[in-house]
Amino acid sequence: MDYGKGLWTKSFFSSLLVLFLATLPFYMPPYTPLAVTSILMYVVLTVSWAMFCGPTRYMSLATATFFGVGMYTSAVLGERLPFPVVVLCGSLGSFFIGLLTGYICLRLRGFYFAIFTFGLNELVRNFVLWWEGRVAHTVGRWVVLVDSLTIYYYMLAIVVLTVLVTFFINRSKYGLILLSIGEAEEAASHIGINVTRYRIVFFALSCFFMGMAGAVMATKWAYIDPRIAFNPVLNFTPVLMALFGGVGKMYGPIVGAGILTLASEILLSRFPYYYMLLYGSLFIVIISFLPDGLVGLTGRWRRNRGTR
Amino acid sequence: MGILEGEKVTKFFGGLAAVFDVDFDIDEGEIVGLIGPNGAGKTTLFNLISGSLSTTGGEIRYQGKRISNLKPHQICRLGIARTFQSVNLFGNISVFDHVFLGSICGTASRTKAVDARHKAATILELVGLPARKSELAKNLPLGEQKRLEIGRALATEPRVLLLDEVMAGLTATELNSFTTLIRQIRSGGTTILLVEHVMQAIMAICDRIIVLHHGVKLAEGLPQEIAKNQKVIEVYLGTDAYAER
Amino acid sequence: MSIKLIFDVAITGLIMGGIYALIAMGLNLQYGVARVLNVSHGEFVMLGAFITYFAHKIFGINPLLSLVFCGPLLFIVGFFMYRTLFQYLRRTSGSLDVFEGRSMLASFGALYVIQNIALMWWGPNVKAYSYLNYPVRFLGLTFEANRLAALLFTLVLILVFYLFVVYSKAGKAIRAAAQNEKSAQLMGINVPAVLGFCFGLGSLLAGLAGSVVSMMQEITPLIGFPYLIIAMIVLVLGGAGNILGSLLGGLILGGVTTVVMYVEPGLSLVVSYVIFALILLIRPEGVLGR
Repeated sequence: MDYGKGLWTKSFFSSLLVLFLATLPFYMPPYTPLAVTSILMYVVLTVSWAMFCGPTRYMSLATATFFGVGMYTSAVLGERLPFPVVVLCGSLGSFFIGLLTGYICLRLRGFYFAIFTFGLNELVRNFVLWWEGRVAHTVGRWVVLVDSLTIYYYMLAIVVLTVLVTFFINRSKYGLILLSIGEAEEAASHIGINVTRYRIVFFALSCFFMGMAGAVMATKWAYIDPRIAFNPVLNFTPVLMALFGGVGKMYGPIVGAGILTLASEILLSRFPYYYMLLYGSLFIVIISFLPDGLVGLTGRWRRNRGTR
Repeated sequence: MGILEGEKVTKFFGGLAAVFDVDFDIDEGEIVGLIGPNGAGKTTLFNLISGSLSTTGGEIRYQGKRISNLKPHQICRLGIARTFQSVNLFGNISVFDHVFLGSICGTASRTKAVDARHKAATILELVGLPARKSELAKNLPLGEQKRLEIGRALATEPRVLLLDEVMAGLTATELNSFTTLIRQIRSGGTTILLVEHVMQAIMAICDRIIVLHHGVKLAEGLPQEIAKNQKVIEVYLGTDAYAER
Repeated sequence: MSIKLIFDVAITGLIMGGIYALIAMGLNLQYGVARVLNVSHGEFVMLGAFITYFAHKIFGINPLLSLVFCGPLLFIVGFFMYRTLFQYLRRTSGSLDVFEGRSMLASFGALYVIQNIALMWWGPNVKAYSYLNYPVRFLGLTFEANRLAALLFTLVLILVFYLFVVYSKAGKAIRAAAQNEKSAQLMGINVPAVLGFCFGLGSLLAGLAGSVVSMMQEITPLIGFPYLIIAMIVLVLGGAGNILGSLLGGLILGGVTTVVMYVEPGLSLVVSYVIFALILLIRPEGVLGR
């Protein structure tokens, strides 16, 4: 985990970028922060997905579930508690459900883990749909409104937080531990690593940030229902973005999320009719021709040893 | 009562007994060899000791305390480390980080990162890999990978080290240096249990030998005794050439 | 609890079970043999439903006869998809695990493409047709003829497929390839051809199931996804690679969900998932898995 060489350069440019984004509302038209908020959301989801699934090589398809938990927490608690507290509750809610989910299913190997998480989202969606209909007697919920500028800054803060946490994890022994679990789980347990405990905790940690993003974004969309909150698209999109950017290096998911969200926003506005068609085709193209992601491409150009 | 004991250790897979009623008593500081034809149950026994598998019957004790059903990471922290029959390294992690990880995660009491780094450097010297410390494990040749596995295991400060066919696939020169390494490890106070097919190495290093066959203990004794043991010869050695040393 | 109700539940349960079995066996052929977890499988069900619908609406063709062209049409689409996309992915993937991951993600892209095309051509509105909508008297009770026809149709399809898988040479080749590709190859079975064939066959089954679905419910381009989920559940229930397991699993799950649907409609899918989760956790190879 050698970050020494480029560390100061990377920190400098990253800080510059954050500064630029933080001051964006002052010199850009009002709709720019709105658009950027979407990008920030995808960056959070992608980075938090990659935080756990990158080194450990699990393919979690339940991002939408934990995002949705955050959304619903916002919807339910939004009226009664101040916004920062609501966001925290959303994060914690996702964290604990992540702990439970991880405890149940991280023992499953690759394929089964993937479809379990895929099915989990459907389970939660259908259950919430049933509950809302039967018990709460409602279809969707209205969320307390928060102004777009606040939402923008919250999302920016969450992005910074998530990226920083990921950065420090990767640098620390925990990064090595997660990598070792992904490389050779049996061997890892034989050098004293409590694989189960680390898996569950870090999985839940990634869910924490997904929930945080959900709690904030709910206020932007203002109306949510199970279909919106637990949208299966959000399960696959972060995976695609992480793979597109490349999971070998830390900035891969960030770049991947940034570029793809921008591209899809453009597609959506230009071709609303064909949007899904183009999006799906893009998916297929990326999977087929960019197996190592953008990061892998630069690796090949610089003739480095492979990143993975 | 030795440092590692097994009493009537048994493991069934379905209807098949991979290991059946095996007793052993290893004293501290010994180098004990575990031999037998393929399928005799040697690696299964290792798996039972290290916690990869749980016993169907019998008991395994370490320093007098029962460890039969503990998890691998717990057993590692108590002081038993192992290598694997087919090298089981973390391909994309550097040589140094392997040993560093072992040191920081596997010791009985918490090790600080600074100390772990010092220790990792020392161990790399011991196993002869200091020059390769930044290399990714997947890029190493087999002999160095095996050294790294040993180094990683040593980093966890084990009192007992289980080596599973560590000599397989090595050249004659490498065999010699590994033999020396193992003796060095023992002189540091570590007890060693060794599964091997390379007879020359076993006979040279081991204080004692246990022979398994079809999961059952066939014989136990000094190398010279084993080499002359009729049952063992029939089953395994083929000739009594080694008896003449 | 009237006799009529029991019969209703039984018939519906069998029909649903039959549909689930067909779709799941199709998915199993694609995953168990070709190793592609085809997330767009549900869309083939949808396509089958629409083809049958249009055949009936425009050409007045009897839905029961639509299997003649519906199945082969979707076989071709599936086969084509495998030969162009998945075979390429397989060639360029280092290991089977990597291939499984990539092909699943790629099939997700395919899902979007197919769904969008359907939405563009046919619009999002609900469509339905009525067929054989007259009552039939049987055992002193009244049933709708179309439901009985659907039941018969489904059971016949399953029987034919079962016989094919168990007794025919091709069926045996498929089962061999599913269990152990390398050995199958050594036995002279042309494995690459089998993989493509199986994938296409899976799509064929989905299409036929879609035909039955169009007889039973209203259709839109979005009906595919829930069927995919159910197929995945049945796949796990019966064991990946175990075609007959999917058959039985589909029938059982169909029965269970129908019963739940009569009791508490919103929960039928939830119950399926809970069963799914339990099976995955207790016995990941499936109740009947290898």
